[in-house]
Amino acid sequence: MDLEPSEEQRMIVATVRRFVREEIVPLEADLDPDGTALEPDDHDRLVAQTKQMGFFGLDIPVQYGGPDIDIVTRTLMAIEMSQHRAGLYTPCYGVFGGAGLAQLFEANEDQKQRYLYPTLRGEKHGFFGLTEPSGGSDPARAIQTTAVKDGDDWVLNGAKIFISGADTADFGITFARTDSSRGREGITCFIVDTDAPGFHVRRIVHTLRSTSYATELQYDNLRVPAANVLGEVNKGFAIANDRLSRQRIPYSAACIGVAAKAQEMAIAYANQRETFGDILASRQAIQWMIVDNEIDIRTSRWITLAAADKANRNLPFRTEAAMAKLVSTEAGGRVVDRAMQIHGGYGMTKDLPLERWYREIRIRRIGEGPSEVQRLIMARDLLGGSFH
Amino acid sequence: MKLRLEKPWLPMTAETLAKLPGQLGVYQVADSEGQVIKIGFAGGKSLFGLRSALQGEANVLGSRAAKFRYEVNMQYQSRYRELLMLHIADNGSAPEFNRDSLPSRLGRIG
Repeated sequence: MDLEPSEEQRMIVATVRRFVREEIVPLEADLDPDGTALEPDDHDRLVAQTKQMGFFGLDIPVQYGGPDIDIVTRTLMAIEMSQHRAGLYTPCYGVFGGAGLAQLFEANEDQKQRYLYPTLRGEKHGFFGLTEPSGGSDPARAIQTTAVKDGDDWVLNGAKIFISGADTADFGITFARTDSSRGREGITCFIVDTDAPGFHVRRIVHTLRSTSYATELQYDNLRVPAANVLGEVNKGFAIANDRLSRQRIPYSAACIGVAAKAQEMAIAYANQRETFGDILASRQAIQWMIVDNEIDIRTSRWITLAAADKANRNLPFRTEAAMAKLVSTEAGGRVVDRAMQIHGGYGMTKDLPLERWYREIRIRRIGEGPSEVQRLIMARDLLGGSFH
Repeated sequence: MKLRLEKPWLPMTAETLAKLPGQLGVYQVADSEGQVIKIGFAGGKSLFGLRSALQGEANVLGSRAAKFRYEVNMQYQSRYRELLMLHIADNGSAPEFNRDSLPSRLGRIG
C-alpha cells in the first residue's frame, strides 16, 4: 500500500502551502488575535483566487458543482490549510468555500430547493444540533428532546447545548425522540427554521475556543412541518452517525497541520535561541522534544491518510477514522505543548499563534466524539470480529 | 495586533449591534466627536459576548454613545486593563464612564 503523495498531489499541496504562507498569514498581522473572519475585500479577493485555482467548494460533491477531488487529496489539502493562527477551526477563513451541512445532500428534492441550494449559493447557512444537556457522547440514549405528531406538523420540546453557530443560522438539522420505546431506532432528524416560533437561542456557551462559539438552544413547542423530516421517521440516528464518522478524517487533518506548523516553529526557534552559551538545539532535552513531536506528527499523518484511503475506496473505515481522530487530536495537543515549552515565555504570548492553538486543540479531544468514545468504537469493532 | 485599538469606528445603531459576534473581547465607545467615553469588555459571564455587552452599553449611555469599535480577544481582562492604561497615558485620565469603576491596582503604561 503506497501512501506517498502522487506527483499531482504534491503539486496541489505545494500550491495550497504557498497560498497559506503568501496570502493568509500576512493578513493575520492586522486581524484580531482571536478573530475568525477576514475583511470583506480580502475575503472576496481570495475566494476569486481559489475559484481560479479550481479549489472552491472542496466538500461539495461533483454533481452539485464541487471540484473533483478525492478524499486523500482533500485530506492532504486540509493538513496545509490549517497552518495559520485561526487555522484549526477556521482554515483559510473559509475562502475555499464550504459544503454547509453534508446531510442535505441526502435530502429530498423539495428540501434541497429550500435548504441545500440556497446554502450552496451562500444565501443560507445552517447548524447541526445533536448534543443535549443530558449528554453528547451517547446521543442514542441521551436525546430527551421529544417530537410529537400534531396534524401535519411535529411539535418539538427540549434543549440542545454546545451547538456551533445557531445564533446566526437560518436553519438547522436537529434530532428528537419520536418513539421513546426504541432507543436509537426512535430518533428522527428534522430541519428546523430558526425564525419559527418556539426556537430560542438561550445563551452563548463561552469555551476555550475563539471561533464558532457554542450556543444553548431551547425548543418550546417548536412546530416543524412533516415536510421537514430528513430521511425517515425513527431513522434519524443513522444520519447523525454517518456524519460523525466521515467528519473525523478532516477533523484529524487539521490537528496534524497545526502540529506540523508548531514543529516548524519549534525547530526554527531552537536553532537560533541561545541559552548558557549555545543554541537550544544543542540541548538533549530540546532534541528529544523535537523527535517526539516528529513521531507524533508522522504517526498521526499515516493513520489519517490510511483512513482517508479506505474511505476513498468505499471500504469500511469506521475503525480507522476513530483511530485517526483519537491519535491526531491527542498527539496534536502534545506537539503544541512541547512547541510552547521550547519557545519559553514567548510561547505563551499572543505575539505567536501557539497559545491560541494550545487552547483550541484541547477541545479536539472532546468534540466530535471524545477520545474515550473513539476507543469504545474501536474496541467494539475489534472485539466484535469486524476487524478489517 | 496593534497596541492601541485603532480600527475604524462603527455607528452605534441597533442594526450594527445586532450583527456583532458573540465572542469575548474588548471595546471602546465614543461620543459624536470621537472622544472615547467608555472602555469595556465582554467576559465569560456575558450572555451573548460582544453583542450583548455593547447592546447593554447603548441602553445605558443612550445618545452619548455615537460610535464604537471592538476587538475579539479571549484575554479580555488583561487587554481591558491595557486599553485603560493606554487611554490614561494618552489623555491624562480614564474615560468619563470608567472613572467610578476602575479596576483595583491599575498599572501604568508609557
